Amino acid sequence: MKTILKTAALALVVAAGTALPLTASAQTANTAAIKHPDAAVVDAYLKSTFGKAPPEWQARIEPDETLKTCNHFRNDVPSAEADKIIKRELAKVVFPADGKLLGDWKEGKKVANNGRGGQFSDNEKTVSGGNCYACHQLELAEVSYGTLGPSLTSYGKDRKFDPEEAKQAYTKIYNSQAVVACSNMPRFGANKFLTEKQIKDIVALLFDPESPVNK
Amino acid sequence: MRRAAIGSVLTVMLLCTISFGAVAEDKSEKEIERYRAMISDPMSNPGFLAVDRGEVLWSEKRGSKNVSLEGCDLGLGAGKLEGAFAKLPRFFKDADKVMDLEQRLLWCMQNLQGLDTKDVIARRFSGPGRASDLEDLVAYIANKSNGMKIDVQLSHPKEMEMAAVGEELFFRRGGVMDFSCATCHGDEGKRIRLQGLPNLSKAGKQSQETMGSWPTYRVSQGALRTMQHRLWDCYRQQRWPVPEYASDSITALTVFLNKQALGGEINVPSIKR
Ligand code: HEC
Ligand code: HEC
Repeated sequence: MKTILKTAALALVVAAGTALPLTASAQTANTAAIKHPDAAVVDAYLKSTFGKAPPEWQARIEPDETLKTCNHFRNDVPSAEADKIIKRELAKVVFPADGKLLGDWKEGKKVANNGRGGQFSDNEKTVSGGNCYACHQLELAEVSYGTLGPSLTSYGKDRKFDPEEAKQAYTKIYNSQAVVACSNMPRFGANKFLTEKQIKDIVALLFDPESPVNK
Repeated sequence: MRRAAIGSVLTVMLLCTISFGAVAEDKSEKEIERYRAMISDPMSNPGFLAVDRGEVLWSEKRGSKNVSLEGCDLGLGAGKLEGAFAKLPRFFKDADKVMDLEQRLLWCMQNLQGLDTKDVIARRFSGPGRASDLEDLVAYIANKSNGMKIDVQLSHPKEMEMAAVGEELFFRRGGVMDFSCATCHGDEGKRIRLQGLPNLSKAGKQSQETMGSWPTYRVSQGALRTMQHRLWDCYRQQRWPVPEYASDSITALTVFLNKQALGGEINVPSIKR
């Protein structure tokens, strides 16, 4: 009797220990009811602070359906909502017409290192970058990397350069929320921040056997 | 002269720290700690030059009414500076508004001194050869709350509204990268590239140490900066539109952050990267 209980308890512990978080912030378990102030009040504050910005800039901070849900739950979305988001965001992913997912890793390396674009201090000529190193470790030689996301060293090699995995990575970079609802990672393609070519070049950085990420 | 000398010494120290800070995380953390201790010495913190300039500005007669700011009520009574900053932002009856220190100073300049604040606002952030009255005044006034605890006022309904809206804004995602403040300040021990990010989503030590150390002298910018500038720069990194200076969302965020930091000890101007 006692042993059975113990084994059951052990199984529970193991299960809890290995369970993967379903949403980007499940580990924070922010389940206590979140009190939101009246939307009209918040809008008035936003207007007073950002109301003089050009209309296209103001449109950028208007949350779409997905961000409305993420904001409401502070990213800790219940699974039914998460399913809806993933379905909606997956529909936004556009795959390359020629079916080729891997571009040029050397170009991808530049995109991954470039943290510019989209800031009010930039101008029209600024080339947008993926800023991957802000959040991820990629090639080992680059020591200036952030930790908001998991390490991506050896990413393609660890996945045996499997084309299905490359497709999944393309999807992830094109639209992070097509994979993980309310992910903290930007939706680079869906938000039209990076071009299809830039995304293919980054996928090559992750999946080309010659890429320094896999060395 | 003294300023330039201090500045270049600091720059050299900073460059040394950064260049090998990259090698090993642990080692660099320790180095940065050592560097911080070194530059926290008030005698070598150029932020105190801003404090001195602010003191002069505070008692200088200006505006159409030709009076000084000494009649300005920062919440504890006209001209009373000791501990005033620790309780800001707060509700001001005469203005019927919750204001942070910059908003209040602008209000006093306009209403008490009869000063046209256009030029003052144009110089809201100092640059090479261009001092900022507001940065200097904030340095001077905030310094008069040193050793005191952050005690932001949360009793008036408008103060409570500010805290609630600030919290909502902290978690509100948007812009081309879908970022919110919480993207970068929502967890312990994270960094962007090599810059450590305080977790401000939680009340406690990290919030206290952060909010208790602003205004600060930023070595990388060679200038004293206030929370207005910090949040302006964070909204830039967040890929949001330019926030209006001394506007309600910035004050709301400041109220919220000070709420997270309640009880934290103020020691300013500090000195940072
Ligand atoms: C603001 C932070 C941030 C930025 C910038 C960012 N990511 Fe991420 N990324 C994350 C986080 C957080 C996760 C883990 C949660 C998730 O999967 O959504 C992640 C997950 C991933 C994954 C899946 C890893 C796995 O578990 O297999 C890949 C691949 C990835 N990122 C690639 C990239 C690339 C390439 C770029 C640059 C173009 C990039 N990311 C930019 C935060 C970021
Ligand atoms: C894309 C990343 C990013 C976003 C989004 C962001 N910040 Fe920051 N924040 C930073 C970085 C980087 C620093 C500087 C850390 C350093 O200098 O070491 C910083 C510093 C700060 C500091 C001062 C920390 C200290 O130790 O003195 C405060 C306060 C702060 N941020 C608040 C906010 C608020 C409020 C928002 C939302 C309006 C926000 N941040 C959004 C990246 C970000």
